[in-house]
Amino acid sequence: MALAPLVFLIIFRYGPMLGNIIAFRRFRPGGSIYGEEWVGLRYIETFVNDPTFWKVFTNTAILGGLTLAVCFPLPIVLALMLNEIRRAKFKRVVQSITYLPHFLSVVIVAGMVIQLLSLPGTVNQIIQAAGGDAIPFLQRPEWFRAIYVGSEAWQTMGWGTILYLAALTSIDESLYEAAKIDGANRWQQTWHVTLPGIRPTMITLLILNIGGFLNVGFEKVLLLYNPLTYQTGDVISTYLYRVGLVSNNMSYAAAIGLFQAIIGLIMVMSANLASRRLVGTSLW
Amino acid sequence: MRAFQVFNACFMVVLCAVMLYPFVMVLAQSFSSAAAIRSGLVSIVPVGFNVDTYVAVLTNGTFWRNYGNTVLYTVLGTALAMVLTTSYAYVLSKKHLKGRGALIGIAVFTMFFNGGIVPNYVLLSALGMKNTIWAVVVPGALSVFNLLVMKSFFENLPVEMEEAAQIDGLGWYGIFFRIVLPLSKAVIATMVLFYSVQYWNDWFGAFLYLNKSELFPITLYLRNMIAGASNAASEGAAAAGSTSTQIAANIQAVTMTLTVLPILCVYPFVQRYFVTGVMLGSVKG
Repeated sequence: MALAPLVFLIIFRYGPMLGNIIAFRRFRPGGSIYGEEWVGLRYIETFVNDPTFWKVFTNTAILGGLTLAVCFPLPIVLALMLNEIRRAKFKRVVQSITYLPHFLSVVIVAGMVIQLLSLPGTVNQIIQAAGGDAIPFLQRPEWFRAIYVGSEAWQTMGWGTILYLAALTSIDESLYEAAKIDGANRWQQTWHVTLPGIRPTMITLLILNIGGFLNVGFEKVLLLYNPLTYQTGDVISTYLYRVGLVSNNMSYAAAIGLFQAIIGLIMVMSANLASRRLVGTSLW
Repeated sequence: MRAFQVFNACFMVVLCAVMLYPFVMVLAQSFSSAAAIRSGLVSIVPVGFNVDTYVAVLTNGTFWRNYGNTVLYTVLGTALAMVLTTSYAYVLSKKHLKGRGALIGIAVFTMFFNGGIVPNYVLLSALGMKNTIWAVVVPGALSVFNLLVMKSFFENLPVEMEEAAQIDGLGWYGIFFRIVLPLSKAVIATMVLFYSVQYWNDWFGAFLYLNKSELFPITLYLRNMIAGASNAASEGAAAAGSTSTQIAANIQAVTMTLTVLPILCVYPFVQRYFVTGVMLGSVKG
């Protein structure tokens, strides 16, 4: 029974991992998928000396960092606030509505963002109503990061609360009783009982988020950026997409991709190790 | 604490408005005239109400063809994914199994390290999957997250049932099909929803591997429409209010509405299940 899924994993997940060997071998279209001959570290050297690579690396780190800083805490705050709502029905409605964007295709989200920020779009209507001038947001590099992080927060914040709400229900009620007897008010109860109660969930999700740090929403960036916003919008994945699949330099792109994947792996492992050392919980 | 309750409730109402606004706006635009959208008059109420754009989109052959492709990819992909996920998760849930740790490890490792776009592209090209529906359907057919959710659901099923069935002479497959699957309707429903949403929304696989527009899913059709409009916008055409981009805005809104519609229709009914499904998988992880 495990055979079919195992074959699937080996071909479609481990096959491409091995395929990364073309980062060290010259690949010719139509030839072996594992390349034709060894070229050593040539492609690695190329990207290390490529100023565009370092530009997109910086963009990726900034965009990933901003996303982490904004999109990681928001669900926690929202879950805590939802938890304070006493009317079950109201709470359910809010939850249903905030989960909804999670189910949208990134194409739809990008479409909505473009419509909202277009010159006659809602945001510019508000700006003009307030007496300002319309801004062509999608063509201004200085706006790209805000647009990306904002749309990401809109889409992920509600769904992110699910796991926290689950963790909140599993906190022992008697801890709250004890805290109350000790004279803790609601804020103190939240600080000393609720937050420690959801700490394992927070750490698990933080480790997972850190691992995805450099993988920042490739598809969404690809849909939202344009040559005018490359300066801030171009990230490692979109650059390697252009180098590899558009300009057909597969080996060079594979080298960049491998570098990105290895950094991701190292970051997950270090985050995991750090959390095990510091707080005693870890993914494995 | 009263003040906080009031603030909290107000905050939630505002949040819901922000979450819903883009949906309402797209819906309003889809019923509005192009001229009204162009002058920025449309927010939540259609201006110049008409259904002409709907008629135009719904009588367009390419639209229907690509919409049909999406349905086909979703059904096929979900079916394949369910077979792979369910069978693997069931095997992994058997704690006495030798090599179970290794089987789990093989799957989980792929969550943290992956081949990347280029080797995937090279592999699928070499397998001759380009410009076939398999390039869209096959690569996404096993999500490790879903696998883990299912595994922990199976682990929580009462062992006694299976033991009793075994004594009554049922083999592995008999137990699986006649005992385990009927007991797992909730998690199966959740997984079907997750996979079908994943396939319904996918555009990138098709974008990479399909060149023939008659194979495109509706998301890619929409993406090309949006990309066309925004390219024109970056060239400054939008500033001049060119009709081509504005007509696109109108048609885009209709296409977006029709693409999201199926999700919005099933969402209220299945929402309860997937929330329990995710919690089941995560809390006991």
